[in-house]
Amino acid sequence: MRVSEAAEEILESLWIASEEKGKPGLPCDLESDAIEGSGLHELLSLSYVEVVNDLIRLRPEGQHEAMMTVRRHRLAERLMMDILDMKGIPGDERACEFEHLLHHGVDTKICTLLNHPTTCPHDRPIPPGECCEVAKATGVIGVVALTELKAGEAGEIAYLSTSDPKKMQKLMNMGVLPGNRLDLSRSYPTFVFRVGNSEFAVDEELAREIFIRKG
Amino acid sequence: MVIYRETDCKFLAEAGREHLYFTAVRQDEHEILPNRQCQLTSVEILNTPKKVPMSQPLAIAPKRKIFLVGNPNVGKSVLFNALTGAYTTVSNYPGTSVEISRGEASIAGTTYEVLDTPGMYGLQPMTEEERVSQRILLQEEAFAVIHVIDARNLERMLPMTVQLIEAGLPLILVVNIIDEAERMGIAIDVELLQQRLTIPVIAAATAHKRGLDEIRTAISTFAGGRQPAYAYAPDLERDILRLAVQLHGDYRVDRRALALLFLLRDEETTALVQRIEGESAAAIAETAREIIFSYRSDLHLRLSMERKRICSDLLAGVVSTSPRQGRTWGERLSAMTMNPWTGVPILLAVLYFGLYQFVGIFGAGTIVGLLEGDLFSDIINPWFISTADQFIPWLWLHELLVGEYGILTLAVRYAVALVMPIVGTFFVAFSILEDSGYFPRLAMLVDRIFKAIGLNGRAVIPMVLGFGCDTMATMVTRTLETTRERVIATVLLALAIPCSAQLGVILALLSGVPGALLIWTVVMSLIFLLVGFLTARLLPGERPMFYMEIPPLRLPQWRNVVVKTLTRMQWYFFEIFPLFILASIVLWAGKMTGALESLVRFLAPGMTLLGLPKDVAAVFVFGFFRRDFGAAGLFDMNEQGLLTPVQLTVAAVTLTLFVPCVAQFLMMKKERGWKTALIIFAAVTATAFSVGWLLNIALLSLGWLA
Repeated sequence: MRVSEAAEEILESLWIASEEKGKPGLPCDLESDAIEGSGLHELLSLSYVEVVNDLIRLRPEGQHEAMMTVRRHRLAERLMMDILDMKGIPGDERACEFEHLLHHGVDTKICTLLNHPTTCPHDRPIPPGECCEVAKATGVIGVVALTELKAGEAGEIAYLSTSDPKKMQKLMNMGVLPGNRLDLSRSYPTFVFRVGNSEFAVDEELAREIFIRKG
Repeated sequence: MVIYRETDCKFLAEAGREHLYFTAVRQDEHEILPNRQCQLTSVEILNTPKKVPMSQPLAIAPKRKIFLVGNPNVGKSVLFNALTGAYTTVSNYPGTSVEISRGEASIAGTTYEVLDTPGMYGLQPMTEEERVSQRILLQEEAFAVIHVIDARNLERMLPMTVQLIEAGLPLILVVNIIDEAERMGIAIDVELLQQRLTIPVIAAATAHKRGLDEIRTAISTFAGGRQPAYAYAPDLERDILRLAVQLHGDYRVDRRALALLFLLRDEETTALVQRIEGESAAAIAETAREIIFSYRSDLHLRLSMERKRICSDLLAGVVSTSPRQGRTWGERLSAMTMNPWTGVPILLAVLYFGLYQFVGIFGAGTIVGLLEGDLFSDIINPWFISTADQFIPWLWLHELLVGEYGILTLAVRYAVALVMPIVGTFFVAFSILEDSGYFPRLAMLVDRIFKAIGLNGRAVIPMVLGFGCDTMATMVTRTLETTRERVIATVLLALAIPCSAQLGVILALLSGVPGALLIWTVVMSLIFLLVGFLTARLLPGERPMFYMEIPPLRLPQWRNVVVKTLTRMQWYFFEIFPLFILASIVLWAGKMTGALESLVRFLAPGMTLLGLPKDVAAVFVFGFFRRDFGAAGLFDMNEQGLLTPVQLTVAAVTLTLFVPCVAQFLMMKKERGWKTALIIFAAVTATAFSVGWLLNIALLSLGWLA
């Protein structure tokens, strides 16, 4: 059963409000006759939500669907940023449209393509899907952006994601090339790593373009 | 023989018609691409021989030129100095050797002209300096090109050697810093590398004079000649050739290398090809576009990977590393300087001991006291004046030499007794920090803060240098990457960074009033951040990117420190001393003609607005000639008890913010152009007086310092 886009937006806001901000629910500002035919009506009839004292609240039945909606939204954001290289407001706007297309296993495929990311570009957690649990259980070694590595971790450089030739050249000048080993020694206030026998400091923007195969 | 696909043969045939000489050697054992039938190991495309005009006289043959090239920080400048015997700045900091140094070397009876090119990472330039290096390499005739690389990072540096060989340059390879590599447990078989590369390879530690004789021998016995280029994967070679055969003009550089640079969209090469090929340039560009599109990926990266493959073949068995034992004290200290929890206290300690104790107390206090107080005020100046009284009857000359603004009594005294000790001690401290490799660590520590003001961590170097001499720092802003960063840094230097001479006087001035120094520091820091923040918002341009190599922390070598300090002092005196004398003459002329008085009268209403006595106007006029002239004038007024604590603080803040000195203004004009310099000048003046006005109101209404 697929809910409408309007209903998805409501579920998303509700989940963020209740799970991440710890609010009991969202105020219901719709007149009772305006509810008819809206996304809210749809959710009420599915018993995903309830309206108590002018507050819309998420019911346990709607919990999973809401979580998956948030997951799709944040996966869409990651896709925009990591693969399509759309950052900032335009990226967010496209992500809002794109998230509604991630059904019928498309979300799983994208999640796998992105190597099961755990945070969205705004650093909020992406609720894990089944594919993430499976990947975790089978211990697949992932390729992650340097920004996801912790200080002290190391790995092999898998690829560089930048499309800006200047950035690309700067990284290559530092010996940041696929196949080379990279040791991250600091991640704050800037990323400090060692490639070969040289140490480099780069800011987050550049670090985001380096993808590492952990291990 | 190599078996080519049909398309390859077509291109080879075309190549043949173009009188290109092409050799290819088959190599079976190294097969990385399974669907290829072969892999080329060596490709040679020779240009058609150049017609040498017969009339060229042999007698005035130009001097043989030697170019030094390499990454920043590999010891090029040290080698340059060793070869030529003249010193330029030896720097630990990437990008300081902005200007090209030329010198002459006499080796085995022959004189060579030696050029030290700015540090570069490859033949495709990204910065202005690299563009200069590329131009020298590709457009000037070299007897020998000495590529200096860091023995600790052969894998990272050798790809550029491959590139230089590819460009057909007569190459000598110097594997430098071999001593530190050995200490790290890295052993390099230089003999084997030389056999593989078939060019002279010399292991050296130029900072410790190791390998210098071998380098000289290599130069005097250098045969030159061009080496075959290393081959990339067949598909790349085919495409490079496809483009190379379309280049018909007469070029100094190998056409294959040129075609490659054209494919990488190198600006200089594109312009060159357009100029030389004329009408057919459009067709060449079209072919290049087709090729670039056919790869659907970054060609730079592809080539880097290819060069990496070539280099790992070259280096197989050359480098052996023995396992490292634990971390050295340097590495431990290095980690501490980069951790904000320990790094900030270390920074404060550096500032306290380096700047406050050494420059402030020792330089500006002890030494200035000795020179200015004991030597000049008590002995030299009275002697000058009494001599002048005796022998110079003309008032104008008397005034010019030993008067209030006299060349001898003011300019020389200021330069030698006041400024030299302060700037000198500052340069010593700065050079020690520079040579130890501390600045890149400071840069990474402050990068986040500097991003907020539109700069990146790199800008910390000119900013710190500004505390020594803003004029020199304004010149050094050219090492910043974008014009936007350079303008922001110039504004901040002009406005909120007091130079050491000024700082010394201001510290002395305000230390008598409790709280004044604190207010001054807080106001200056706020203005620095606020103005940086606003300028960053107002100026369009891309966000700065921060990336920097962090060289190992090491004990500063006294030789380097002395050389760096002396070089800076020398620059300072050549640039600044004439301006002292000029300022002295202008002030004298102003006094004699009464123009100075008129100017001071003109500025007087402004002083009243700031709540200051009218006489302070003179201080600001002097301040333009030398920042510390002004501060020193304020010092005199304070000694006479003419200023209240509030007035003193307001005057000190306004004067610090107030326009840069003449030298700095001229440097701003030189680096940024008239328009930008004048806008900055106006904006800085306006800001200084507005802040002074606001501070006066705030202090009076709050009742502080009353």
